[in-house]
Amino acid sequence: MAKVPVQFTLNGSEKAEFVESGTTLLNALRDKIGDTSPKGGCHQGTCGACSVIIDGELRLSCLTLAETCGGANIKTTAGLAEGGVLHPLQRAFLDGFATQCGFCTPGMIMAAKVLLDRTPNPSREDVVEALSGNVCRCTGYEPIIQAVLSAARANSQNVA
Amino acid sequence: MSLALQTFSTVKDASAALQAAGARYLGGGTLVVRAANEGDVSLSSLVRVTDPSLSRIAVSGGKARLGASVTMAAVARHPELNALSPAARAVGGPAIRNMATVGGNLFAPAPYGDFTVALLALDAIVVTEDGEMPIETFLTGRNASRAVVTAVAFPLPAAESFRFRKVSRVKPKGVSVLSIAALLQRTSDGVVTSARIAFGCMADRPMRAKAAEKALLGCKLTSKEIAPALAAAGAGTSPITDPIASAWYRAEVLPVHLGRLLVG
Repeated sequence: MAKVPVQFTLNGSEKAEFVESGTTLLNALRDKIGDTSPKGGCHQGTCGACSVIIDGELRLSCLTLAETCGGANIKTTAGLAEGGVLHPLQRAFLDGFATQCGFCTPGMIMAAKVLLDRTPNPSREDVVEALSGNVCRCTGYEPIIQAVLSAARANSQNVA
Repeated sequence: MSLALQTFSTVKDASAALQAAGARYLGGGTLVVRAANEGDVSLSSLVRVTDPSLSRIAVSGGKARLGASVTMAAVARHPELNALSPAARAVGGPAIRNMATVGGNLFAPAPYGDFTVALLALDAIVVTEDGEMPIETFLTGRNASRAVVTAVAFPLPAAESFRFRKVSRVKPKGVSVLSIAALLQRTSDGVVTSARIAFGCMADRPMRAKAAEKALLGCKLTSKEIAPALAAAGAGTSPITDPIASAWYRAEVLPVHLGRLLVG
Protein backbone atom coordinates (compact mmCIF):
# COMPACT_ATOMS: atom_id res chain seq x y z
CA MET A 1 0.00 0.00 0.00
CA ALA A 2 1.37 3.32 -1.06
CA LYS A 3 2.11 5.85 1.63
CA VAL A 4 0.65 9.31 1.38
CA PRO A 5 1.91 12.57 2.84
CA VAL A 6 -0.12 14.40 5.43
CA GLN A 7 0.65 17.85 6.69
CA PHE A 8 -1.17 19.83 9.36
CA THR A 9 -0.71 22.09 12.35
CA LEU A 10 -0.87 20.26 15.66
CA ASN A 11 -1.11 22.41 18.77
CA GLY A 12 0.61 25.26 16.96
CA SER A 13 3.48 23.36 15.37
CA GLU A 14 3.77 22.11 11.81
CA LYS A 15 3.69 18.34 11.36
CA ALA A 16 4.40 16.33 8.23
CA GLU A 17 4.31 12.56 8.02
CA PHE A 18 3.89 9.73 5.57
CA VAL A 19 1.02 7.42 6.48
CA GLU A 20 -0.64 4.47 4.81
CA SER A 21 -3.68 5.53 2.83
CA GLY A 22 -6.78 5.09 4.96
CA THR A 23 -5.01 5.69 8.28
CA THR A 24 -7.25 7.38 10.82
CA LEU A 25 -6.17 10.67 12.35
CA LEU A 26 -6.20 8.93 15.73
CA ASN A 27 -3.64 6.36 14.61
CA ALA A 28 -1.54 8.99 12.83
CA LEU A 29 -1.44 11.15 15.96
CA ARG A 30 -0.68 8.32 18.35
CA ASP A 31 1.58 6.03 16.32
CA LYS A 32 3.32 8.39 13.94
CA ILE A 33 3.44 11.77 15.63
CA GLY A 34 3.56 10.57 19.22
CA ASP A 35 0.67 12.57 20.65
CA THR A 36 -1.05 9.91 22.74
CA SER A 37 -3.51 12.29 24.40
CA PRO A 38 -6.45 11.26 22.14
CA LYS A 39 -7.49 7.76 23.26
CA GLY A 40 -8.81 4.92 21.15
CA GLY A 41 -11.85 3.62 22.99
CA CYS A 42 -14.54 2.16 20.77
CA HIS A 43 -13.32 3.18 17.28
CA GLN A 44 -17.04 3.36 16.47
CA GLY A 45 -17.95 6.97 17.22
CA THR A 46 -19.69 6.05 20.44
CA CYS A 47 -17.34 6.90 23.31
CA GLY A 48 -15.76 10.26 22.42
CA ALA A 49 -12.37 9.40 23.96
CA CYS A 50 -10.62 10.26 20.67
CA SER A 51 -12.21 13.75 20.40
CA VAL A 52 -9.94 16.46 18.99
CA ILE A 53 -10.60 19.97 17.74
CA ILE A 54 -10.15 20.39 13.98
CA ASP A 55 -10.41 23.96 12.66
CA GLY A 56 -12.37 24.94 15.74
CA GLU A 57 -14.86 22.07 15.60
CA LEU A 58 -15.04 19.00 17.80
CA ARG A 59 -14.46 15.83 15.83
CA LEU A 60 -13.77 12.17 16.40
CA SER A 61 -10.24 11.36 15.31
CA CYS A 62 -11.04 7.62 15.09
CA LEU A 63 -13.54 8.27 12.27
CA THR A 64 -11.49 10.95 10.50
CA LEU A 65 -8.95 9.89 7.91
CA ALA A 66 -5.59 11.63 8.34
CA GLU A 67 -5.43 12.38 4.61
CA THR A 68 -8.54 14.54 4.85
CA CYS A 69 -6.80 16.83 7.38
CA GLY A 70 -4.29 18.41 4.99
CA GLY A 71 -3.66 22.01 6.07
CA ALA A 72 -5.96 21.68 9.08
CA ASN A 73 -5.41 23.25 12.47
CA ILE A 74 -5.67 20.43 15.01
CA LYS A 75 -5.74 20.80 18.77
CA THR A 76 -5.45 18.03 21.34
CA THR A 77 -5.38 18.00 25.12
CA ALA A 78 -1.58 17.57 25.00
CA GLY A 79 -1.30 21.12 23.69
CA LEU A 80 -3.36 22.85 26.38
CA ALA A 81 -0.80 23.46 29.10
CA GLU A 82 1.40 26.50 28.55
CA GLY A 83 4.87 26.78 30.06
CA GLY A 84 4.16 23.96 32.49
CA VAL A 85 0.97 25.64 33.74
CA LEU A 86 -2.17 23.58 33.32
CA HIS A 87 -5.11 24.95 31.33
CA PRO A 88 -8.00 26.04 33.61
CA LEU A 89 -10.02 23.03 32.44
CA GLN A 90 -7.20 20.63 33.32
CA ARG A 91 -6.77 22.34 36.70
CA ALA A 92 -10.53 22.15 37.38
CA PHE A 93 -10.65 18.44 36.45
CA LEU A 94 -7.78 17.73 38.85
CA ASP A 95 -9.11 19.85 41.69
CA GLY A 96 -12.66 18.54 41.31
CA PHE A 97 -11.70 14.81 41.16
CA ALA A 98 -13.25 14.71 37.71
CA THR A 99 -10.77 12.10 36.54
CA GLN A 100 -10.63 8.59 37.85
CA CYS A 101 -9.05 6.15 35.42
CA GLY A 102 -8.45 9.15 33.15
CA PHE A 103 -9.18 7.41 29.86
CA CYS A 104 -12.12 9.61 28.90
CA THR A 105 -10.53 12.79 30.26
CA PRO A 106 -8.78 14.14 27.13
CA GLY A 107 -11.97 13.73 25.09
CA MET A 108 -14.06 15.33 27.82
CA ILE A 109 -11.64 18.25 28.02
CA MET A 110 -11.69 18.80 24.25
CA ALA A 111 -15.51 18.77 24.23
CA ALA A 112 -15.56 21.18 27.17
CA LYS A 113 -12.99 23.47 25.54
CA VAL A 114 -15.10 23.88 22.39
CA LEU A 115 -18.06 24.73 24.61
CA LEU A 116 -16.20 27.32 26.71
CA ASP A 117 -14.58 28.88 23.63
CA ARG A 118 -18.07 29.66 22.29
CA THR A 119 -20.08 29.92 25.50
CA PRO A 120 -17.87 31.31 28.29
CA ASN A 121 -20.66 31.16 30.88
CA PRO A 122 -22.55 27.94 30.10
CA SER A 123 -25.57 26.64 31.97
CA ARG A 124 -25.50 23.16 33.43
CA GLU A 125 -27.72 22.04 30.50
CA ASP A 126 -25.19 23.48 28.04
CA VAL A 127 -22.43 21.44 29.70
CA VAL A 128 -24.48 18.23 29.71
CA GLU A 129 -25.29 18.72 26.03
CA ALA A 130 -21.67 19.49 25.14
CA LEU A 131 -20.44 16.34 26.88
CA SER A 132 -23.26 14.15 25.57
CA GLY A 133 -21.03 12.38 23.05
CA ASN A 134 -18.42 11.45 25.66
CA VAL A 135 -18.73 8.35 27.79
CA CYS A 136 -17.21 8.01 31.29
CA ARG A 137 -17.51 4.70 33.10
CA CYS A 138 -15.95 5.80 36.42
CA THR A 139 -17.19 9.09 37.76
CA GLY A 140 -20.92 9.14 37.15
CA TYR A 141 -20.40 12.45 35.25
CA GLU A 142 -21.33 14.81 38.09
CA PRO A 143 -17.72 15.76 39.02
CA ILE A 144 -16.98 16.31 35.31
CA ILE A 145 -19.97 18.62 34.86
CA GLN A 146 -18.99 20.52 38.01
CA ALA A 147 -15.37 20.80 36.84
CA VAL A 148 -16.42 22.38 33.55
CA LEU A 149 -18.70 24.84 35.34
CA SER A 150 -15.90 25.63 37.77
CA ALA A 151 -13.40 26.23 34.94
CA ALA A 152 -15.92 28.61 33.34
CA ARG A 153 -16.21 30.53 36.63
CA ALA A 154 -12.40 30.66 36.99
CA ASN A 155 -12.11 32.01 33.43
CA SER A 156 -14.68 34.73 33.98
CA GLN A 157 -12.96 35.80 37.22
CA ASN A 158 -9.65 36.07 35.39
CA VAL A 159 -11.25 38.24 32.74
CA ALA A 160 -13.01 40.47 35.30
CA MET B 1 -5.91 -1.75 7.59
CA SER B 2 -5.26 -0.89 4.00
CA LEU B 3 -7.83 1.40 2.52
CA ALA B 4 -7.05 3.55 -0.48
CA LEU B 5 -8.65 6.97 -0.28
CA GLN B 6 -9.30 8.66 -3.63
CA THR B 7 -10.20 12.34 -3.65
CA PHE B 8 -12.02 13.95 -6.58
CA SER B 9 -13.12 17.49 -7.24
CA THR B 10 -16.25 16.48 -9.16
CA VAL B 11 -19.04 13.99 -8.54
CA LYS B 12 -18.73 12.75 -12.12
CA ASP B 13 -15.15 11.59 -11.66
CA ALA B 14 -15.98 10.07 -8.29
CA SER B 15 -18.86 8.10 -9.84
CA ALA B 16 -16.51 6.39 -12.24
CA ALA B 17 -14.20 5.39 -9.38
CA LEU B 18 -17.16 4.10 -7.37
CA GLN B 19 -17.93 1.47 -9.98
CA ALA B 20 -14.90 -0.54 -8.82
CA ALA B 21 -15.59 -3.50 -6.53
CA GLY B 22 -15.06 -2.66 -2.86
CA ALA B 23 -15.31 1.08 -3.41
CA ARG B 24 -17.52 3.11 -1.05
CA TYR B 25 -18.35 6.79 -0.90
CA LEU B 26 -16.88 8.65 2.09
CA GLY B 27 -19.07 11.41 3.50
CA GLY B 28 -18.50 12.36 7.13
CA GLY B 29 -17.01 8.97 7.94
CA THR B 30 -19.37 8.12 10.77
CA LEU B 31 -20.73 5.09 8.94
CA VAL B 32 -18.01 4.11 6.48
CA VAL B 33 -14.88 4.62 8.60
CA ARG B 34 -16.74 2.99 11.44
CA ALA B 35 -17.35 -0.04 9.19
CA ALA B 36 -13.67 -0.10 8.26
CA ASN B 37 -12.65 0.10 11.93
CA GLU B 38 -15.00 -2.76 12.66
CA GLY B 39 -13.18 -4.91 10.12
CA ASP B 40 -15.56 -4.79 7.16
CA VAL B 41 -13.43 -6.57 4.58
CA SER B 42 -15.79 -5.76 1.72
CA LEU B 43 -14.28 -2.26 1.78
CA SER B 44 -11.10 -1.74 -0.17
CA SER B 45 -11.24 1.85 -1.30
CA LEU B 46 -12.98 5.05 -0.30
CA VAL B 47 -13.99 7.81 -2.67
CA ARG B 48 -14.67 11.38 -1.64
CA VAL B 49 -15.59 14.59 -3.42
CA THR B 50 -14.40 18.05 -2.38
CA ASP B 51 -16.83 20.07 -4.58
CA PRO B 52 -17.96 22.89 -2.23
CA SER B 53 -21.44 22.97 -3.77
CA LEU B 54 -22.13 19.68 -1.95
CA SER B 55 -21.92 21.58 1.35
CA ARG B 56 -24.34 24.31 0.33
CA ILE B 57 -27.67 25.05 2.01
CA ALA B 58 -30.12 27.01 -0.15
CA VAL B 59 -33.43 28.26 1.23
CA SER B 60 -35.74 30.31 -0.96
CA GLY B 61 -39.41 30.56 -1.86
CA GLY B 62 -40.44 28.22 0.94
CA LYS B 63 -38.15 25.48 -0.32
CA ALA B 64 -34.91 24.12 1.04
CA ARG B 65 -32.13 22.31 -0.75
CA LEU B 66 -29.40 20.68 1.30
CA GLY B 67 -26.21 19.51 -0.35
CA ALA B 68 -25.29 15.91 0.46
CA SER B 69 -22.20 16.98 2.44
CA VAL B 70 -24.12 19.39 4.67
CA THR B 71 -23.57 18.29 8.26
CA MET B 72 -26.17 17.81 10.96
CA ALA B 73 -24.53 20.66 12.90
CA ALA B 74 -24.95 22.99 9.90
CA VAL B 75 -28.66 22.11 9.65
CA ALA B 76 -29.15 22.49 13.41
CA ARG B 77 -27.71 26.00 13.52
CA HIS B 78 -29.23 27.34 10.28
CA PRO B 79 -31.78 30.04 11.20
CA GLU B 80 -34.17 29.18 8.36
CA LEU B 81 -34.18 25.45 9.08
CA ASN B 82 -35.68 25.64 12.57
CA ALA B 83 -38.29 23.04 11.67
CA LEU B 84 -35.54 20.50 10.93
CA SER B 85 -33.37 21.42 13.89
CA PRO B 86 -34.85 18.86 16.33
CA ALA B 87 -34.23 16.07 13.82
CA ALA B 88 -30.64 17.23 13.14
CA ARG B 89 -29.95 17.54 16.87
CA ALA B 90 -31.31 14.03 17.38
CA VAL B 91 -28.25 12.62 15.58
CA GLY B 92 -25.29 11.66 17.78
CA GLY B 93 -23.41 14.00 20.09
CA PRO B 94 -21.72 17.28 19.12
CA ALA B 95 -18.70 15.65 17.45
CA ILE B 96 -20.84 13.29 15.38
CA ARG B 97 -23.07 16.19 14.30
CA ASN B 98 -19.99 18.05 13.06
CA MET B 99 -19.17 15.09 10.82
CA ALA B 100 -22.38 13.22 9.91
CA THR B 101 -23.89 14.38 6.63
CA VAL B 102 -27.36 14.63 5.14
CA GLY B 103 -26.32 12.30 2.30
CA GLY B 104 -24.87 9.71 4.67
CA ASN B 105 -27.97 9.71 6.84
CA LEU B 106 -30.00 8.57 3.80
CA PHE B 107 -28.00 5.34 3.85
CA ALA B 108 -27.87 4.81 7.63
CA PRO B 109 -29.34 1.47 8.67
CA ALA B 110 -31.71 1.32 11.69
CA PRO B 111 -31.32 2.25 14.53
CA TYR B 112 -29.60 5.21 12.82
CA GLY B 113 -31.06 7.54 10.22
CA ASP B 114 -33.30 9.72 12.40
CA PHE B 115 -32.84 12.72 10.10
CA THR B 116 -34.02 10.67 7.13
CA VAL B 117 -37.24 9.90 9.04
CA ALA B 118 -37.91 13.64 9.04
CA LEU B 119 -37.05 13.90 5.32
CA LEU B 120 -39.42 11.02 4.55
CA ALA B 121 -42.31 12.74 6.33
CA LEU B 122 -41.51 15.90 4.35
CA ASP B 123 -41.64 13.95 1.06
CA ALA B 124 -38.16 15.13 0.12
CA ILE B 125 -36.71 14.71 -3.35
CA VAL B 126 -33.36 12.94 -3.46
CA VAL B 127 -31.05 14.33 -6.14
CA THR B 128 -28.37 12.07 -7.57
CA GLU B 129 -26.08 12.71 -10.47
CA ASP B 130 -28.41 10.52 -12.56
CA GLY B 131 -31.57 12.48 -11.76
CA GLU B 132 -34.15 13.05 -9.07
CA MET B 133 -36.57 10.74 -7.29
CA PRO B 134 -38.97 10.79 -4.34
CA ILE B 135 -37.27 9.76 -1.10
CA GLU B 136 -39.56 6.75 -0.75
CA THR B 137 -38.37 5.37 -4.10
CA PHE B 138 -34.79 6.15 -3.16
CA LEU B 139 -35.02 4.33 0.18
CA THR B 140 -36.50 1.22 -1.43
CA GLY B 141 -33.61 0.92 -3.86
CA ARG B 142 -30.77 2.37 -1.83
CA ASN B 143 -28.85 -0.87 -1.32
CA ALA B 144 -28.46 -1.40 -5.05
CA SER B 145 -27.87 2.25 -5.91
CA ARG B 146 -24.41 3.21 -7.12
CA ALA B 147 -25.31 6.80 -8.01
CA VAL B 148 -23.81 9.55 -5.85
CA VAL B 149 -26.44 11.54 -3.95
CA THR B 150 -25.74 15.23 -4.40
CA ALA B 151 -28.63 16.91 -2.53
CA VAL B 152 -32.07 16.62 -0.97
CA ALA B 153 -34.83 19.15 -1.61
CA PHE B 154 -38.12 19.65 0.18
CA PRO B 155 -40.77 22.30 0.84
CA LEU B 156 -40.18 23.92 4.23
CA PRO B 157 -43.03 23.00 6.56
CA ALA B 158 -44.92 25.57 8.59
CA ALA B 159 -43.69 25.23 12.18
CA GLU B 160 -47.03 24.05 13.56
CA SER B 161 -47.55 21.42 10.86
CA PHE B 162 -44.33 19.45 11.40
CA ARG B 163 -43.54 17.35 14.45
CA PHE B 164 -40.57 15.14 15.27
CA ARG B 165 -39.83 12.90 18.19
CA LYS B 166 -36.90 10.62 18.92
CA VAL B 167 -37.23 8.18 21.78
CA SER B 168 -34.01 7.07 23.45
CA ARG B 169 -33.13 5.65 26.84
CA VAL B 170 -30.13 7.88 27.50
CA LYS B 171 -30.63 11.63 27.70
CA PRO B 172 -29.72 13.91 26.05
CA LYS B 173 -27.97 11.62 23.60
CA GLY B 174 -28.85 8.02 22.95
CA VAL B 175 -29.47 5.59 20.13
CA SER B 176 -33.09 5.47 18.96
CA VAL B 177 -35.65 3.15 20.39
CA LEU B 178 -37.68 4.70 17.61
CA SER B 179 -38.26 8.03 15.95
CA ILE B 180 -41.41 9.54 14.44
CA ALA B 181 -41.93 12.50 12.14
CA ALA B 182 -45.34 13.81 11.10
CA LEU B 183 -46.45 16.44 8.61
CA LEU B 184 -50.07 17.33 9.33
CA GLN B 185 -52.30 19.83 7.56
CA ARG B 186 -55.34 20.87 9.54
CA THR B 187 -58.34 23.11 9.02
CA SER B 188 -58.75 26.19 11.21
CA ASP B 189 -60.89 24.16 13.61
CA GLY B 190 -58.23 21.45 13.87
CA VAL B 191 -59.49 18.69 11.56
CA VAL B 192 -56.67 16.78 9.85
CA THR B 193 -56.93 17.15 6.08
CA SER B 194 -53.65 15.48 5.17
CA ALA B 195 -51.15 13.44 7.11
CA ARG B 196 -47.75 12.07 6.23
CA ILE B 197 -46.06 10.09 9.00
CA ALA B 198 -42.68 8.33 9.01
CA PHE B 199 -41.18 5.90 11.51
CA GLY B 200 -37.55 5.06 12.27
CA CYS B 201 -36.46 1.67 13.71
CA MET B 202 -39.80 0.10 12.77
CA ALA B 203 -38.12 -1.59 9.78
CA ASP B 204 -34.54 -1.85 8.53
CA ARG B 205 -34.87 1.69 7.18
CA PRO B 206 -37.28 4.63 7.63
CA MET B 207 -40.84 3.76 6.53
CA ARG B 208 -44.19 5.47 5.97
CA ALA B 209 -47.06 4.77 8.38
CA LYS B 210 -49.72 4.67 5.72
CA ALA B 211 -52.45 2.99 7.77
CA ALA B 212 -52.09 5.52 10.58
CA GLU B 213 -52.02 8.38 8.06
CA LYS B 214 -55.31 7.21 6.55
CA ALA B 215 -56.95 6.72 9.95
CA LEU B 216 -56.07 10.29 10.95
CA LEU B 217 -57.92 11.96 8.09
CA GLY B 218 -60.97 13.84 9.29
CA CYS B 219 -59.89 13.55 12.95
CA LYS B 220 -59.12 16.23 15.47
CA LEU B 221 -55.97 15.62 17.48
CA THR B 222 -57.66 14.43 20.66
CA SER B 223 -56.92 11.17 22.49
CA LYS B 224 -60.34 9.84 21.54
CA GLU B 225 -60.27 10.70 17.85
CA ILE B 226 -56.71 9.49 17.22
CA ALA B 227 -57.34 6.09 18.83
CA PRO B 228 -57.98 4.32 15.48
CA ALA B 229 -54.74 5.79 14.08
CA LEU B 230 -52.79 4.51 17.09
CA ALA B 231 -54.38 1.09 16.71
CA ALA B 232 -53.27 1.06 13.07
CA ALA B 233 -49.75 2.35 13.77
CA GLY B 234 -48.11 -1.07 13.77
CA ALA B 235 -49.50 -2.13 10.38
CA GLY B 236 -46.74 -3.19 8.02
CA THR B 237 -43.95 -2.61 10.55
CA SER B 238 -41.21 -5.12 11.30
CA PRO B 239 -39.17 -3.44 14.02
CA ILE B 240 -35.50 -4.21 14.51
CA THR B 241 -34.11 -5.98 17.55
CA ASP B 242 -30.83 -4.62 18.86
CA PRO B 243 -29.15 -3.98 22.24
CA ILE B 244 -31.36 -0.90 22.72
CA ALA B 245 -34.73 -2.64 22.43
CA SER B 246 -36.39 -5.79 21.13
CA ALA B 247 -38.81 -5.78 18.22
CA TRP B 248 -41.58 -6.64 20.72
CA TYR B 249 -40.76 -3.62 22.88
CA ARG B 250 -40.61 -1.24 19.94
CA ALA B 251 -43.99 -2.49 18.69
CA GLU B 252 -45.51 -2.09 22.18
CA VAL B 253 -44.36 1.50 22.72
CA LEU B 254 -44.91 2.79 19.18
CA PRO B 255 -48.60 3.73 19.69
CA VAL B 256 -47.76 5.38 23.02
CA HIS B 257 -45.15 7.68 21.47
CA LEU B 258 -47.23 8.35 18.36
CA GLY B 259 -50.05 9.41 20.66
CA ARG B 260 -47.74 11.76 22.56
CA LEU B 261 -46.49 13.24 19.31
CA LEU B 262 -50.01 13.85 18.02
CA VAL B 263 -51.72 15.04 21.20
CA GLY B 264 -48.82 16.28 23.35
